Amino acid sequence: MANIDNILKKHGYKKSELIPILQDIQAEDRWLPCETLKYVSEKLDIPLIDVYSLATFYKSFSLKPRGKHVVTACCGTACHVRGGPKVLQELQNQLHIDVDETTPDKHFTLETVRCLGACALGPLVVVDGKYHGQMNTKKVASTLKKYSKKKK
Amino acid sequence: MIEMTIDGIPVQVEEGSTVLDAARFYGIEIPTLCDHDGLSSYGACRLCVVEIGKGENAKLVSSCTYPAETGLNIRTNSQRVVSARKMLVELLVAMCPSSKTVQDLASAMEVKQVRFKVDKTNDCILCGLCVRMCEEQMMAKAIGFVNRGKNRKITTPFDKKSDVCRTCGGCLYICPACELRCQGPAADTDLCNACVNVQPVCLKEEDNKMCFLETCGWCYEELGRKNNKKEIIKK
Ligand code: SF4
Ligand code: SF4
Ligand code: FES
Ligand code: FES
Repeated sequence: MANIDNILKKHGYKKSELIPILQDIQAEDRWLPCETLKYVSEKLDIPLIDVYSLATFYKSFSLKPRGKHVVTACCGTACHVRGGPKVLQELQNQLHIDVDETTPDKHFTLETVRCLGACALGPLVVVDGKYHGQMNTKKVASTLKKYSKKKK
Repeated sequence: MIEMTIDGIPVQVEEGSTVLDAARFYGIEIPTLCDHDGLSSYGACRLCVVEIGKGENAKLVSSCTYPAETGLNIRTNSQRVVSARKMLVELLVAMCPSSKTVQDLASAMEVKQVRFKVDKTNDCILCGLCVRMCEEQMMAKAIGFVNRGKNRKITTPFDKKSDVCRTCGGCLYICPACELRCQGPAADTDLCNACVNVQPVCLKEEDNKMCFLETCGWCYEELGRKNNKKEIIKK
């Protein structure tokens, strides 16, 4: 659990800093639990519905628990014609989850995005902010392996 | 005082009023949906469009949010405005065909056909009246817009019963979608407006009965058609 009080203090309990505050919490916890939003709304004296509206508006905020590694497959036009859907399907098959879901061991979360502006690299898969270009169904397994749990 | 013209009529309004206020003050009718006395202007439905500017710079703006400015030349009934309005009301019907308010607006504009795919499951036009009512009049802030894009909806935080809702019913009272449309013979067609689409029994010919369907407009329509026919025959 992130220390919300510390984060709030860092931002000086300013109402206008709501987005950076939520970003910081999300960066530590990887998602925004209901209690956290309620706590933030009380401390900053912002109506809960406003905090909730904001948290549901931006795609970068997650109200569901997210895995340790976020795998983002590009579904933009360029990636689509280069075989993006096949890559996405392969990711779903290998992780046994659907889009916007998290593996039961909380290790991977699968998400999609519409164009990351690096179409030349397509089909593109991004894991934790690292770009893996020219992806194909064969490369999926090895890429995921890099992020799998280290075997003890 | 601000001086401008609405539909060619020179008008004077106080500083700080909107174009809609000005038009209303001078009795010029502009249809509205998401605008309500006592609530802030929001500009969600766009029904109140008017045209401003000249020539190539002419543009459509929502009058409920557009501040009155000196020298503005406002057209509330130009061809462009009327067709935009009709399209908007069609879109609203397509979004929420069960709403009486929306259906009535469509009838009043004599819309006879909806060109868009009608969603019969939707019951909200996202006008935001309930949200403003809850915040500005009931001081509760219990409901608001959640999500975005096609998933945007009105709800309470986490879709759960709200702690701050006073169960005053203000949101229901003001909602234009909560009042259901006429449940008459054509209750599940896209457009209800029986009064525009179906020819009502005309009482004009009967001496001892009076017609109350003033807004039906059918008589004028008929009249127009007959005149047309006559003209055609003459030719
Ligand atoms: S009933 Fe609740 S949600 Fe509706 S206006 Fe009243 S306080 Fe707001
Ligand atoms: S619930 Fe009713 S008042 Fe609220 S946004 Fe939807 S249509 Fe408007
Ligand atoms: S379409 Fe995938 S990066 Fe542009
Ligand atoms: S009344 Fe002006 S946009 Fe709805």
